[in-house]
Amino acid sequence: MTGHIHSLESFGTVDGPGIRYVIFFQGCPMRCQYCHNPDTWQAGSGTEMTAEEILKKADSVREFLRGGGITATGGEPLMQLPFLTELFKKAKTQYRFHTCLDTSGITFSEDKRSIFDELMKYTDLVMLDIKHIDPQKHIELTAQKQDNVLAFARYLSDKNIPVWIRHVIVPGITLNDKYLYRLGRFIGTINSLKALDVLPYHDMGKAKYKQLGMKYPLEGTRTPDKQEAVAARGTILRGVRDELKGLPYEY
Amino acid sequence: MKKVFAPEWEGFVSGKWFDDGINVRDFIQKNYTPYEGDESFLAKPTQATVKLWDKVLELMKQEREAGGVLDMDTDIVSSITSHPAGYIDKPLEKIVGLQTDKPLKRSLQPFGGIRMAESACESYGYKVAPNISEIFTKYRKTHNQGVFDAYTPEMRLARKSAIITGLPDAYGRGRIIGDYRRVALYGIDRLIEDKEHQRALVSGSMSEKKIRLREELMDQISALNDMKKLGEIYGFDISKPAKNAQEAVQWLYFGYLAAVKEQNGAAMSIGRTSTFLDIYIERDLRNGAITEDEAQELIDHFIMKLRLVKFARTPEYNALFSGDPTWVTESIGGIGIDGRPLVTKNSFRYLHTLENLGPAPEPNLTVLWSTRLPRSFKAYCAKMSIQTSSIQYENDDMMRVSHGDDYAIACCVSSMVVGKEMQFFGARANLAKCLLYAINGGMDERLKIQVGPKYRKCEGEYLDFDDVMDKFDAMQSWLADLYVNTLNVIHYMHDKYCYERSQMALHDRDVKRYFATGIAGLSVVADSLSAIKYAKVKPIRDENGICVDFEIEGDFPKYGNNDDRVDELAVDVVHSFMDKIREHRTYRDGIPTMSILTITSNVVYGKKTGNTPDGRKLGVPLAPGANPMHGRDTSGAVASLASVAKLPFGDAQDGISNTFSIIPGALGKDDAVFAGELDLDALRNS
Repeated sequence: MTGHIHSLESFGTVDGPGIRYVIFFQGCPMRCQYCHNPDTWQAGSGTEMTAEEILKKADSVREFLRGGGITATGGEPLMQLPFLTELFKKAKTQYRFHTCLDTSGITFSEDKRSIFDELMKYTDLVMLDIKHIDPQKHIELTAQKQDNVLAFARYLSDKNIPVWIRHVIVPGITLNDKYLYRLGRFIGTINSLKALDVLPYHDMGKAKYKQLGMKYPLEGTRTPDKQEAVAARGTILRGVRDELKGLPYEY
Repeated sequence: MKKVFAPEWEGFVSGKWFDDGINVRDFIQKNYTPYEGDESFLAKPTQATVKLWDKVLELMKQEREAGGVLDMDTDIVSSITSHPAGYIDKPLEKIVGLQTDKPLKRSLQPFGGIRMAESACESYGYKVAPNISEIFTKYRKTHNQGVFDAYTPEMRLARKSAIITGLPDAYGRGRIIGDYRRVALYGIDRLIEDKEHQRALVSGSMSEKKIRLREELMDQISALNDMKKLGEIYGFDISKPAKNAQEAVQWLYFGYLAAVKEQNGAAMSIGRTSTFLDIYIERDLRNGAITEDEAQELIDHFIMKLRLVKFARTPEYNALFSGDPTWVTESIGGIGIDGRPLVTKNSFRYLHTLENLGPAPEPNLTVLWSTRLPRSFKAYCAKMSIQTSSIQYENDDMMRVSHGDDYAIACCVSSMVVGKEMQFFGARANLAKCLLYAINGGMDERLKIQVGPKYRKCEGEYLDFDDVMDKFDAMQSWLADLYVNTLNVIHYMHDKYCYERSQMALHDRDVKRYFATGIAGLSVVADSLSAIKYAKVKPIRDENGICVDFEIEGDFPKYGNNDDRVDELAVDVVHSFMDKIREHRTYRDGIPTMSILTITSNVVYGKKTGNTPDGRKLGVPLAPGANPMHGRDTSGAVASLASVAKLPFGDAQDGISNTFSIIPGALGKDDAVFAGELDLDALRNS
């Protein structure tokens, strides 16, 4: 079996704990307006590689990955579920790597539980990127419904798979106390929640849109600074706290 | 020798360092207090420190405004005792002593070469006093003169074409670290006694070797006597051991000051002093003699003095070394061979000077890194690196194997056991140019003259890998032979005319001498060979048949992507060139080593190296040290590092350097935004 791979990065420092060997999968069903990797959207292209080829490369830099491991991201790795499962299985059983899946969870559905169960056997950590907590806004931002994402979160909670929640704050879209608080309330229900990673929107993807001859959807949107990210994190955590304590909603 | 446990040593645990000769390592091992805690004990700068440092900053500003040099000595030849005492602001200074009578006034050091000294002065609008020029041209030969008297025409030509370059034939070779700690621990009198004893043992039939040794030992003894006088100039009697922390720092610094007063060396490193000095500070803290504030003040003032070390150098020299470096390298941390970390509170205090005085490139604070260093020290190093970008790291786990646990770094990567080993610094041979000579039958591609032997050149429309390798091998043999012999001449003359008497006085009698060679252009060679092997390389020849450019058809693996096909070519070149160096007789039976480290001269070398078969153009800098060529390592940082890590340390024992830049954001998450794992229980109870 081969996977369609966009690219590999041997020194990932922001995609999970420690230094990560990062595998960018090609293909994604979401069309997030702030996406900085639109070149990973199209499915079926990229370089075809076997799990063995990828893991051999990761293994050759193993010294650097102590305390880290491999991270599958993209694109949307779940679009190539059989390949992803094979990759993680080999990574865990043969190479003994820590495995981390960075995903939007968009392809999950209840009827696929058993095949997801197989993947989760070999997954140490899921970084779940919740794009927007409001159902309608979610569609506007990503061109996809949010139901599968939330269902996937509940699935991970049920299975007690460690979860990091990632959330991008975009002025005028997600950077709003009400949404952030409600996001906090939701992720407070995830029993296996381990960390929260708030990512300020940046426009470094602009050049890629230009290269691809595409219109940049967020032209003119401001990039939040560190203070705003810290404040947003605080708001989300307030939601988490209130959920854990069973307090009434602030908003 | 009658042994008396000096009163200054009260409170120290005795051992071999006392009853069995000079042995600073034993003193450290018996007496140091490992520290596993964090940085919370550190003190802010005292008022005196702040005031004093402001004055220094003002002087440095004036120096910059004056075009890089504030003042130069033109009529006093610098020696250990040549100048009266000089101060920044005497009442504020806890540690005293300057190279001349004023801060930042550059001393006149003509023994390496009078012309270098003259042109250094002239380039800043000064002129060496005529009588001094006369003495050093008419009556007193210099190192530079000696070298050129003995150079063969072939050596001069290789120097001119820059296939061998950066040679210390007109300036001080440096890279020798005196064990300055000995001055503090034993006092000068005990050291003289020891040297007298050594000298007395060199007797009987007088071979050239013995005659030289007797003369050198006498030079060392006179240097020690002069160090005592240097102490007196500043009002100290350093004949006896230091009795407290302040004296220990001061004594040690006098030892170092003596060295920089007489040697304008390419690297004047200070050694491994922090944990040694911690023993004195701990004793004083224990006795209530000083506070933490005062301890930090001593270190701040000491480091301040090291930051003031300057030399008179020419603009060409500064171009070669990218600035005006002094390489006052201090080695910090590491692990002892008994497994205890050599990290003390003073290791923290040294790094803390980067906060108290602000970041600076000198002294070159170098952490001897081990995976087994205490976690809190690692965290502090990381924090200070993020804040100041001023810390260098070297692999202690690797160097400890060959040097034990009392070695230090000279310059940027050269490791040597303090007081027991030294090196003859040998700059480097340009292997990229050597490859071009192989292709062009010894013709220089830039000067269009025959420099190397007139071997058969590469013929045909495309370069053939096996053919090029054969010729490259032969050309490397020629180069290694010429290179070693050129260095033999240089070091013979340096010993003869510009001997490092004070630094060698702080060494054992029988030192291990490393004969340090170096190479430049490794990644250009690896990529060129890879292009020839895996793509098709078509040489473009000029009217004389010299290959002046290359056309590459197809792609080829490039060094820096963790691709064995090309990385092995780099490994092979390192191994084969080192083997060729090993074949030759070296001056004073120096042990040959090699470095792949130039992080500054690569720019100048690039200017002097024509178009190469990897597609690099004439004038484009060679990559620094063992780095992949700029922009060719496209598989991420770790793959790039992994390529470099394949180079065999056994064949490059003098060090392998890799310059690695990364934007802070690419190193991980901001602590304020992402604080790692959440504590949900704490949140629930908040």
